[in-house]
Amino acid sequence: MPDDRELLDTGSSAKLLGDRFPGMAATDEQVVALQSETLDSDDVLSKKPFGFLFWFAITWVGLVFLAAIFANLLPLQSPNFQNYSALNQGPSSAHLLGTDDLGRDLLARLIFGSRVSLIVGFCGVAIGLVVGGTAGLISGYKGGRLDVALNAGSFIILAFPAIVAVIAIVTFWGQSLFHITIILGIATIPLMFRVIRASSLSFAQRDFVIAAKTMGATDTRIVLREILPNVIPVTVTFSLITVAGIIVIEGTLAFLGLSVNLPTPSWGNLINEGTANNALSTNPYIMMWPAMSMFLLLWSINLIGDRLRQRFDIREGLL
Amino acid sequence: MGKYLLRRLLQLVVVSFVISVLAFLLVHLLPGDPTTTILGPNDTAANRAILMKQLGLDLPLWQQYLTWLGAIFQGNFGNSYLNHQSVTHILATGAPVDFELILISQTIAFSVAVPLALVTSRKPNRPLDNVSTTSTFGLLALPPFVVAPILVAVFAVGLGWFPATGYTPFTQSPATNIHQMILPSVAITAGSIAVYYRLLRSDLISTLQQDFITMARSKGLSSRRIMWRHAFRPSSFSLLAAAGINIGALIAGTFVVELLFAMPGIGYALVQAVEQRDYLVVQGIALVVAIAYVIIQFIIDFIFTIVDPRVVRE
Repeated sequence: MPDDRELLDTGSSAKLLGDRFPGMAATDEQVVALQSETLDSDDVLSKKPFGFLFWFAITWVGLVFLAAIFANLLPLQSPNFQNYSALNQGPSSAHLLGTDDLGRDLLARLIFGSRVSLIVGFCGVAIGLVVGGTAGLISGYKGGRLDVALNAGSFIILAFPAIVAVIAIVTFWGQSLFHITIILGIATIPLMFRVIRASSLSFAQRDFVIAAKTMGATDTRIVLREILPNVIPVTVTFSLITVAGIIVIEGTLAFLGLSVNLPTPSWGNLINEGTANNALSTNPYIMMWPAMSMFLLLWSINLIGDRLRQRFDIREGLL
Repeated sequence: MGKYLLRRLLQLVVVSFVISVLAFLLVHLLPGDPTTTILGPNDTAANRAILMKQLGLDLPLWQQYLTWLGAIFQGNFGNSYLNHQSVTHILATGAPVDFELILISQTIAFSVAVPLALVTSRKPNRPLDNVSTTSTFGLLALPPFVVAPILVAVFAVGLGWFPATGYTPFTQSPATNIHQMILPSVAITAGSIAVYYRLLRSDLISTLQQDFITMARSKGLSSRRIMWRHAFRPSSFSLLAAAGINIGALIAGTFVVELLFAMPGIGYALVQAVEQRDYLVVQGIALVVAIAYVIIQFIIDFIFTIVDPRVVRE
């Protein structure tokens, strides 16, 4: 079965490409393969329960979310309150994670800073999903000239290095959380479009869609009731990976001083503060906490995406 | 094959044109203009109008675009509005820094990922494989702005093995240059290693289940020969594709390490020029980075035709 074999080869690559460069991997065949996953080594894993690491990752993401949502209710100092009698302190009962060079509580800054990453990551992807996903769903199902045009357009936009455009637009437009979320959200539209279009395309000619058409179902009904449910698994795992990708870009911007304006904390600019002015040798905690939290968050989101992909993997033969 | 490459080349030209329009519109459609920074305290409406005229910014957009593009075909990217350096000069001094960073980081990534994948894929799900698969998953969660400060703290400040900042051109002193380049290059490598390793490993595992490998084994070929000569090539397609796409992420990474290690690359020049609305510099850098990216994709397509001749037929 040489043909199947080839699909499988690209399949394992598509998901891994997606780990780091969402969407770019998504040629049509690769997305097809992404859906009807592999017979290779991962097969062994897919039968396993989610496992300890998965639940650990879920717990961490949940914890970060809860802390970010209820930050105002937690017994924390204001993240910008400067206590000059407690500069550069290590962890203590008064300041669980210590204080920075201006006497600000690091735990408060960490928790309030997580809001930026989470909002940019999840809301950004939501924008990409609503616009790019809808367009991809329709474009893949309907085909025709519109599809050709949108597809070529998305290819060209993806050839333009996003970081350059994002830096320029953020600087010109002003660095607020709202702007950054919108800009990074727009940047994900072509990625979301490509993945969901390819997936939608792969279902558009399937028997159950043709059957629905024959029975006189409207296009809207077919897209919503026949195609959409099948596209959801790929969408969910892919969205998670994209969330991690956007959080990294926001962190990069923050590190370059181009994310939310100071003194509003974000993990990226906390890491930046922790490395500026020799802070690494005088007080490594400033950098350490946000760096560790960022690592754990990205790791967790990637892991959850990866495990869900294995779990969602629905095989024809089992239906 | 010639026909295939010709078609790709034609696509490259079209995409480059569209990119030049995008790069131009990117700066011209956004609010603000360079006159504010240039005029400083003399920012009156009359002065502004004169300056706009001098810089040619009062012309219709399409005319400005054609002037800019026409000059580029003569090798002239224009000059910075503010310090009057030529954009060509900025690119010629900045681009080699980033190019070298990416080159060294990719050499490291491949020389770690490929051998590791060749070893672990032979015995999947054994301890060695599990350890490296799990730990490379961790590498995916280590963006440059997290890794770089840690590397500086440990290897530059703590152990003092490498300098924390600075850049010497390779032509001036190769040894110093490499010494200074190691930490920043390693800082942008983590993600690449993870992606390349995981891709190659899973592709190798599926290749090794194929009949021609069993055939090679039954002929009594050595494992080493089977892995390198028979299994590696058909397993390297997605690795190649990933390497091309990875360049985008690496460019963002180089901007971060440039800043942290005080290296005079184009990322630094870009951020400065954007802040000052220095149109020609931003346009020039955006255009060159985007086209370099597209050309790399083209080169990879070319390598594809050698590694996998089937792509030409499709």
